Amino acid sequence: MRWIRRNVVVVAGLLTLAYMILPNLVVMVFSFNKPKGRFNYAWQTFSLDAWKDPCGVADLCGSLTLSFQIAVWATIGATVLGTMIAFALVRYRFRARGAINSLIFLPMAMPEVVMAASLLTLFLNMGAELGFWTVLIAHIMFCLSFVVTAVKARVMSMDPKLEEAARDLYAGPVQTFVRVTLPIAAPGIAAGALLAFALSFDDFIITNFNAGSSVTFPMFVWGSAQRGTPVQINVIGTAMFAVAVLMVIGGQLVGNRRKKAATP
Amino acid sequence: MTATAAPPAPPTPPVTDAAVRKVPRRKRLVPYWLLLPGILWLLVFFALPMVYQASTSVQTGSLEKGFEVTWHFQTYWDALQEYYPQFVRSLLYAGTATVLCLLLGYPLAYLIAFKAGRWRNLLLVLVIAPFFTSFLIRTLAWKTILADDGAVVGALDTLRVLDVTSWLGWTADDRVLATPMAVVCGLTYNFLPFMILPLYTSLERIDGRLHEAAGDLYARPLTTLRKVTVPLSMPGIVSGTLLTFIPASGDYVNAELLGSTDTKMVGSVIQSQFLRVLDYPTAAALSFILMAVVLVVVTVYIRRSGTEDLV
Repeated sequence: MRWIRRNVVVVAGLLTLAYMILPNLVVMVFSFNKPKGRFNYAWQTFSLDAWKDPCGVADLCGSLTLSFQIAVWATIGATVLGTMIAFALVRYRFRARGAINSLIFLPMAMPEVVMAASLLTLFLNMGAELGFWTVLIAHIMFCLSFVVTAVKARVMSMDPKLEEAARDLYAGPVQTFVRVTLPIAAPGIAAGALLAFALSFDDFIITNFNAGSSVTFPMFVWGSAQRGTPVQINVIGTAMFAVAVLMVIGGQLVGNRRKKAATP
Repeated sequence: MTATAAPPAPPTPPVTDAAVRKVPRRKRLVPYWLLLPGILWLLVFFALPMVYQASTSVQTGSLEKGFEVTWHFQTYWDALQEYYPQFVRSLLYAGTATVLCLLLGYPLAYLIAFKAGRWRNLLLVLVIAPFFTSFLIRTLAWKTILADDGAVVGALDTLRVLDVTSWLGWTADDRVLATPMAVVCGLTYNFLPFMILPLYTSLERIDGRLHEAAGDLYARPLTTLRKVTVPLSMPGIVSGTLLTFIPASGDYVNAELLGSTDTKMVGSVIQSQFLRVLDYPTAAALSFILMAVVLVVVTVYIRRSGTEDLV
């Protein structure tokens, strides 16, 4: 009891962590289930069927591919546009900076459903056909602000003297940008791009409004919650989780090796 | 969440008019060219839609005959009268979830920032990793966890907790699913990382020696927390609550998947009006009211918490 009282923060923190991880564990365990009926909510018997055949449900892998395509293009679009804005905001003084800053902040401070609904009214008024393109446009729009903030944070902490030094050593503007500026800003740009990819891949509300009859992966999961959830959804969820954890561990190992190599 | 991770802007040297004039015209236009595509994108696909929505909200007509702007502000009043329970519920649920997120998230952020030592990176990964499984799949997992004959409900029932919560109106009929408690539980779960990460970044910046100093001055741990740690982590608390409250107030996924018709939030109403009922004016008016309410709540909150420089 005394130990608990002294370590109350540790206990409370770990309990919160358990609360956060619990659903992931449930998703993992239920990926080995063999459900009776259409819904995979109660444990029946152990089975590897779903793992053997992850694409065995109609439209599931098609929706994954669509989500992936949209996320890749949205990431490219948002990262390019966002990086340009971030550089302009940090490196230059000009009129209307305040207005532009609020224009970038607002999409992050708006309930998603409001943005989703207003975009839909725009598309309806324009008579645009809802589908791949409207979803892509919407995703680039809401990822943009996040990329700008991520890149801005990095560019702000950059030392402008490094670029001056490059110029003193007779590097042209292009050379300076490619050889000095870009490599230093790269972690910020990468963070922004990763965030954009994750946001786009997982977005449901904005896609729900603007996708028409296209079905992305989150929309497939949403639909399956009403029609019946195939075990394959748990398999995909578990695989995503595993890939992410492996990527983080791999990144850490590479980072450690680099650190070791850097210290003689 | 990265909005708060950004370090404060370093002071930039003042640019005088003379200095600006010396720069050739071609170079002076560089920032505008850099901004043009992105800002145009936001103007066309973020700002302009708001205008269209405003115009839609004062239209009358029907899907067959077409809609026309008639400055029919009555729609706002009608929408509010019909859907104010959903509005109140949304703010109530989002507010409760935000408070719960703060109560649950603060210890974990504190643990990672001050007590984790070499486990720090692992714990951070464990906070972010659940993100990678689609949030819809994770929300569906709560259906399993809170199932009527599941362990959680059984334990709560044995401990007589369900009697209390039923009396309070949070649960009903010895079940948790399809009650307010399930929806708030889902909301809290979904937005916890948005609370923890800003809290962590602001806690991490606190100098640990301040805690020692407080201890040397005979402050008890709770006093140190109240007078040193919490005030210094205020920016994290403010941005964490905003990042939780704003998206939670418009969310309809948790209410739809874990709730029932009695727990519908305003997001569900907007969604069904837009995509099923196709009553565009009412839907647009509702979404405008939601935006206005959120902006007012957020502005008042930021003013009162005294960290205006945050945004």
